[in-house]
Amino acid sequence: MAVITVTINDELVSGREGQSLLELVREQGIDLPTLCHLDGLEERGGCRLCMVEMAPGNRLAAACVTPAQEGMVIYTHSERLVKYRRMILELLFAERNHVCAVCVMNGRCELQYEAYTIGMDHVRYDYLTPDLPMDASHDRFVIDHNRCILCTRCVRVCDSVEGAHTWDVMGRGVNCRVITDLNQPWGTSQSCTSCGKCVQVCPTGALHAKGSTVAEMVKRHDFLQWILDGRENHQWTMRNGEPMESGR
Amino acid sequence: MNRADLQTMAQREQEKQGKYRCRLLCCASTPCLSSGGAAVQQALEDAIKEQDANAEVAVVSTGCMGPCSRGPVVTVQIQGENDVYYENVTPEAARQIVADHALNGQPVQEKLLPSDLPFFAKQTKVVLSNSGLIDPERLEDYVARGGYLALAYALREMSPEDVCTEISKSGLRGRGGAGYPSGLKWDLVRKAPDDKKYVVANGDEGDPGAYMDRTLMESDPHRVLEGMAIAGYAVGADQGFIYVRGEYPVAAKRLERAIRAAERRGLLGSRVLDSSFSFRIDIRIGAGAFVCGEETALMASIMGRRGQPVPRPPYPAQSGLWGHPTLINNVETFGNIVPIIEHGADWYAAIGTEKSKGTKIFALAGKVENTGLIEVPMGITLREIVFDIGGGIPDGREFKAAQTGGPSGGCIPAQFLDTKVDYESLKALGSIMGSGGLIVMDDQSCMPDVAKFFMEFCMDESCGKCVPCRVGTVQMYRILQRITDGSATRQDLQNLEELCTMVRETSLCGLGQSAPNPVMSTLRYFREEYEDHINRRTCEAGVCEMTEVPVLELVEELPRRIRAAAIRNQ
Repeated sequence: MAVITVTINDELVSGREGQSLLELVREQGIDLPTLCHLDGLEERGGCRLCMVEMAPGNRLAAACVTPAQEGMVIYTHSERLVKYRRMILELLFAERNHVCAVCVMNGRCELQYEAYTIGMDHVRYDYLTPDLPMDASHDRFVIDHNRCILCTRCVRVCDSVEGAHTWDVMGRGVNCRVITDLNQPWGTSQSCTSCGKCVQVCPTGALHAKGSTVAEMVKRHDFLQWILDGRENHQWTMRNGEPMESGR
Repeated sequence: MNRADLQTMAQREQEKQGKYRCRLLCCASTPCLSSGGAAVQQALEDAIKEQDANAEVAVVSTGCMGPCSRGPVVTVQIQGENDVYYENVTPEAARQIVADHALNGQPVQEKLLPSDLPFFAKQTKVVLSNSGLIDPERLEDYVARGGYLALAYALREMSPEDVCTEISKSGLRGRGGAGYPSGLKWDLVRKAPDDKKYVVANGDEGDPGAYMDRTLMESDPHRVLEGMAIAGYAVGADQGFIYVRGEYPVAAKRLERAIRAAERRGLLGSRVLDSSFSFRIDIRIGAGAFVCGEETALMASIMGRRGQPVPRPPYPAQSGLWGHPTLINNVETFGNIVPIIEHGADWYAAIGTEKSKGTKIFALAGKVENTGLIEVPMGITLREIVFDIGGGIPDGREFKAAQTGGPSGGCIPAQFLDTKVDYESLKALGSIMGSGGLIVMDDQSCMPDVAKFFMEFCMDESCGKCVPCRVGTVQMYRILQRITDGSATRQDLQNLEELCTMVRETSLCGLGQSAPNPVMSTLRYFREEYEDHINRRTCEAGVCEMTEVPVLELVEELPRRIRAAAIRNQ
């Protein structure tokens, strides 16, 4: 595998050819925020938080979908980028009813974490306060559209890892919604295997287990790598050597 | 069928047409049909039958002739005389045209369209050279005017590499709006190592007020098909798709017929013109999403997936339909291929400016005397388009701005009327060439209101994949709404400008990246209008009602409103 050299924030680093910029940046210990990206799922490039500035020309590119190439010069935290990231987060908070105080994921939510990290203390835009339903028809899980940021991790994990493709997206623009089957109640879905992968990968409180109340929901993304490693290497232990505990 | 058969067919058709002393060409494209073109054609046919003149007068239903606002349009072609155009033809007028003009050579004065109209004189018809002269539903008509000879020539005399070189030499650039050099794109696909390749024609024309591609597909479908077949030969593809907007049923029907007719005669399908080249074309109908005009979303739609763009690279030329290299060009770009092969790259490159070659079709709309479809050489000035071809602004009003490029473009104010219309000049002014919509506005148009209209369009049409476009357009629209109803503050204007830059720089596809353009260009040239709306709460054009007040001023406004309501109730 060919080695390439990339300049990140004025420092020369080496990476592997074919790597995405995001992977390379994170390998350097630089924290680049993402919401739609999740290790193990195909990239979407939709949240636009991982945008980096590429010299010359200062063109912006989403790091998750840009392959790292020899000689690239990128900046990850310029003033402009931080400003845009903050604006994008504000837009997300304004889009739906993200009320952290009564959310099952309060304290563990990725959206909340990113906003907290970047120092977003208020939203300058109109809250759109859409009238969105919840679907609690499933035996074990609930979908609360008010918390959904349309990252489509659930859609992707259901399609490519579970192979059920229960989830999909309907509508256009701000009226988009994730749906089960052909917009039928989740509980009546014929294709859903109730595996719960979608719930575990969801970055916010949109998908959660029934019975959890404020700040009680704990999600484990690492199961995904466990499954993918297991399938590839027939080795059903976690990366650090411990077996995956059941029931989580 | 081979080349000789093609020539025989052309000859036979020319002889057949020559037998008629007079031909009545009746426009049957969408604008004329919607203003009663079908009844006019029926009336012409009936009148000829009544006069028993079937042997000397023929009625031909053709494609678009250009002056769409004056439809239905009828052209009278008498052998040895200049063509005469009639406007606003009614069934009664049609009968009179047959009786007086076709049979007795006396033109009907009241419906006559002056033949020296600058509308026709200033145009250069290259892509639309057949439009309005042939019956789009008859292959023979197209062949009689030299159709499919370019394909035959390319297959026989040129190697695929030659074709790409010829296109590069001609300087043709993509007519979808961005202006990427077509020859370069063709060469990329040709060189891509894969056994299976595709050619896609993008006919998902969605800009409000634009109908260039529709007209080309409706008026001269075989030209598009021939251009695609030449492209297929040049890049090594054996399958083409033509993606037609769902709102264009006439275009889809005529293309379908054209494909069948061409396949039956061996001009498409397996072993095209008895060569070893095979090329099949299928139609895909869109389902009403504007974003499907974006190439990656369009390909997703062709593959039966949700019409959403995906990040580039990989570009379609590397990995497109089902992962194979795909050449995707606008319908109008394919319309340019036949003339380039027919007359040579040098002839083509002589038209236009240094960097923008050839002609461009515009759909001229808005506040001008002559609206319609025009084809002009690149480098023509806006003034010539608006005041010569368009005939100026009606009712003696002032020209204010021209909007090019639809929701992705911008407004060009009066001081730049003498700008040459080409890709670079328009870009420098903050607008784009776009697919060819050109809307003229007079002093009764309010610029923030125009910006609001386009922002609403982008908001509705955002696919919802990336956050800046999905939510940013909604927020920008709401700010514009406040500006136009009088409740905006200076903070709103600042937020709007920030959002514009952010959405443009961070969106995933062209739709989001260009959605702020109408706002940015109007802010650039008409900033005082925005400030008037905010600071003085007035709309000079008189479009916006300005009935609201900023939230912070509601304290003073509310008692006033209550008093006013009380007085009304007494």
